[in-house]
Amino acid sequence: MSELSGAEILLQCLVDLGVEVVFGYPGGAVLPIYDVLYNHPTIKHVLVRHEQGATHMAEGYARSTGKPGVVLVTSGPGATNAITGITDALMDSIPLVVITGQVATQLIGTDAFQEADTVGLTRHCTKHNYLVKSPDRLAHIVHEAFHIATSGRPGPVVIDIPKNVQVATAPYERPDLSNHVSYRPQLKADPALIEQAAAMIAAAERPIFYTGGGVINAGPEASTLLRELAELTGAPVTSTLMGLGAFPASSDQWLGMLGMHGTYEANMAMNKADLIINIGARFDDRVTGRLDAFSPASKKIHIDIDRSSINKIVMTDLGIVADAASALADLIAAWKKAGHKAADLEEWWARIAGWRARKSLDYPDGGAEIMPQRAIADLFKATRGRDTIITTEVGQHQMWAAQHYPFDAPNKWLTSGGLGTMGYGFPAAIGAQMGNPDSLVICVAGDASIQMNIQELGTATQYRLPVKIFILNNEYMGMVRQWQELTYESRYSESYSDSLPDFVRLAEAYGWTGIRIEGPQELEAGIRQMIETPGPVMVDCRVAKLTNCFPMIPSGAAHTEMLLDPSQISGTLADEAKALV
Amino acid sequence: MHITEELSERHVLSITVTNEAGILAKIAGLFTARGYNIESLTVADISDNHQVSRITIVTNGPPRVIDQIIAQLDRLVPVHNVADLTANGPFVERELALVKVAGTGEHRIEALRIADIFRAKVVDTTTTSFIFEITGPTDKVNTFIGLMRELGLVEVGRTGIVGMVRGRD
Ligand SMILES: Cc1cc2nc3c(=O)[nH]c(=O)nc-3n(C[C@H](O)[C@H](O)[C@H](O)COP(=O)(O)OP(=O)(O)OC[C@H]3O[C@@H](n4cnc5c(N)ncnc54)[C@H](O)[C@@H]3O)c2cc1C
Ligand SMILES: Cc1ncc(C[n+]2csc(CCOP(=O)(O)OP(=O)(O)O)c2C)c(N)n1
Repeated sequence: MSELSGAEILLQCLVDLGVEVVFGYPGGAVLPIYDVLYNHPTIKHVLVRHEQGATHMAEGYARSTGKPGVVLVTSGPGATNAITGITDALMDSIPLVVITGQVATQLIGTDAFQEADTVGLTRHCTKHNYLVKSPDRLAHIVHEAFHIATSGRPGPVVIDIPKNVQVATAPYERPDLSNHVSYRPQLKADPALIEQAAAMIAAAERPIFYTGGGVINAGPEASTLLRELAELTGAPVTSTLMGLGAFPASSDQWLGMLGMHGTYEANMAMNKADLIINIGARFDDRVTGRLDAFSPASKKIHIDIDRSSINKIVMTDLGIVADAASALADLIAAWKKAGHKAADLEEWWARIAGWRARKSLDYPDGGAEIMPQRAIADLFKATRGRDTIITTEVGQHQMWAAQHYPFDAPNKWLTSGGLGTMGYGFPAAIGAQMGNPDSLVICVAGDASIQMNIQELGTATQYRLPVKIFILNNEYMGMVRQWQELTYESRYSESYSDSLPDFVRLAEAYGWTGIRIEGPQELEAGIRQMIETPGPVMVDCRVAKLTNCFPMIPSGAAHTEMLLDPSQISGTLADEAKALV
Repeated sequence: MHITEELSERHVLSITVTNEAGILAKIAGLFTARGYNIESLTVADISDNHQVSRITIVTNGPPRVIDQIIAQLDRLVPVHNVADLTANGPFVERELALVKVAGTGEHRIEALRIADIFRAKVVDTTTTSFIFEITGPTDKVNTFIGLMRELGLVEVGRTGIVGMVRGRD
């Protein structure tokens, strides 16, 4: 059998695994791979401007297409630059395969040029990682890496390939991956537990579905099944930031997002429920608030593919380890088989109607300045009916987008939830556009976050990607400023965005179109222009500078202690609360 | 403001893993990264073909944390199985210590007498010192070392514990 070089084997594996696009940046330790990529017939390489950008692009590609994102970077600084994105993917369960170059095996450990202990550095921010010591092992490792990244709870996998392994040769054969000795994620639920869950739901008087990113991870059919189960049971549905879109916001049963910046009705319903059905969510501290006051009267069912998510933070009454789609299908079947009927939830819905009447997402409008919430609402109106994907940076604008841009389908909402990485949204939009050439991809950004990976403007230009950046420019790191207002008596320590660039001219310098929106009367037309202008567009939308994001549950507070408007801000917080993030 | 902590239990975990580079760092690092405690850790190859190792870890934490530790270990790709020996019923735990004691006269005689009671073996001797080898559960080893402290303890080396469930399987 003829032999291939390690670099050729790698590329052949990628082809066999159906990879179409790789986000990367070259350097000494990956030159053999780049040489095989040269004029490659099927694999498209996207040259980024910073390796962190590559990782977030791969995340955006993965979350919007359901396929794994692939990254290729060099050793040393290439690998260390990728670490933030790798960690982000771990926290948000995004399937990535990150290929890093390494110095030749005989140089490892000698402080060689551009050597970094990539496997050591990424040990705790990957689902798994490998150092490939021989080209004979490469094919097996690459195929296994994709399997691990995409199956079970998805996550990032790093493959560190020394340069001599890229050059040395070995025979290539598509490896057989069946029967891994230790890695066997559990997908199918124990049927007895499913029956029990169905009975608990049927018997509940105040049930609520609390759904999360796991439903998105489980694929579009999980979202369809969730709709069916919600309909069968008649119960209200809320979701985490990561799960938005899995359940249609246009449904009557939708309560909006829960948690720190969730709606009053979602948080109150969680607090007063007698049964919480958690599907693919992980009881994050942004969601639970003060733990001893979290939904005190409810029984809890938790369906999660990762056993370590169950009982990690909140003790459950019924833990079910399974893939969300599989468990939902089983639950629906069990519900029908047992002849369960939707309980009479009239009283429960009446209470929810009372909470809804508080209109917790309302904001004062009609003044001389653009309210950021209004900007998002108008963005929604203008993009309605189109195939739109929204990505966000991190901060107030992210929360306003979550609150005021309703989603009806999964994989259309890309945001950095767990790590909360400023600099995620713009590259994620580029990745999403690569994977969805016909979609309208818009990054909702803040003036501070957008500067974290602003260099990727060049990438979008190079590949003619018509992404749109919609900056809610409040001239502050608004989220930080808001916390300082709440907790530190408005001492705005280093949270003012000084020396902002002229975003319009910056856009133009990169060959983009730049648009500035200065007042409410320009808002609608400005948004329309952004959408209708072909090619990439950056919008500098000037919004009211000191607006706060409400509702808000202050850290360490219970769901019932939600702040609904600015008059409730005290300006100080106890040390116990200050110590929480 | 003060930081409070929950009450802890001691658990012995027996973990089988694929014998691959970095596996020990992965396991030990998981404990540091997530703030879990390690009292002792032993590793050895346990299969004919050198592909599987057993790692025995003694840890402590509230029951909730112990459960998390097991779940977190279990989801590492190279981990085959995690057994909580403490929770799985009766089990045997042993460790070995080498204990060097120096002294003359009454102290020397007393050290030998105590060693005899504890069934510690003398594995090295000079006219003014002994090295004892003692095996047993951690408590027994601790008690022995405590007694030797009064009789001229010079140095201690311990293996950390290995454990196994009692009975057939
Ligand atoms: C500024 C800021 C503010 C925030 N405010 C809020 C807020 O108000 N409300 C809010 O909800 N979040 C908020 N977040 C996000 C928050 O930090 C968490 O990222 C988020 O709540 C976690 O979502 P999740 O529970 O759905 O879990 P994810 O991180 O999406 O995890 C998914 C869970 O599902 C499981 N899973 C994965 N795949 C499957 C599968 N196939 N089947 C079944 N289970 C699966 C995983 O094991 C995991 O337990 C905020 C973030 C930022 C940056
Ligand atoms: C990389 C990184 N550094 C710091 C933070 C902390 N942080 C969270 S939100 C925020 C401010 C974001 O400001 P901006 O992008 O202008 O958005 P706004 O809140 O004003 O909408 C900061 C600094 C972070 N999330 N990520």
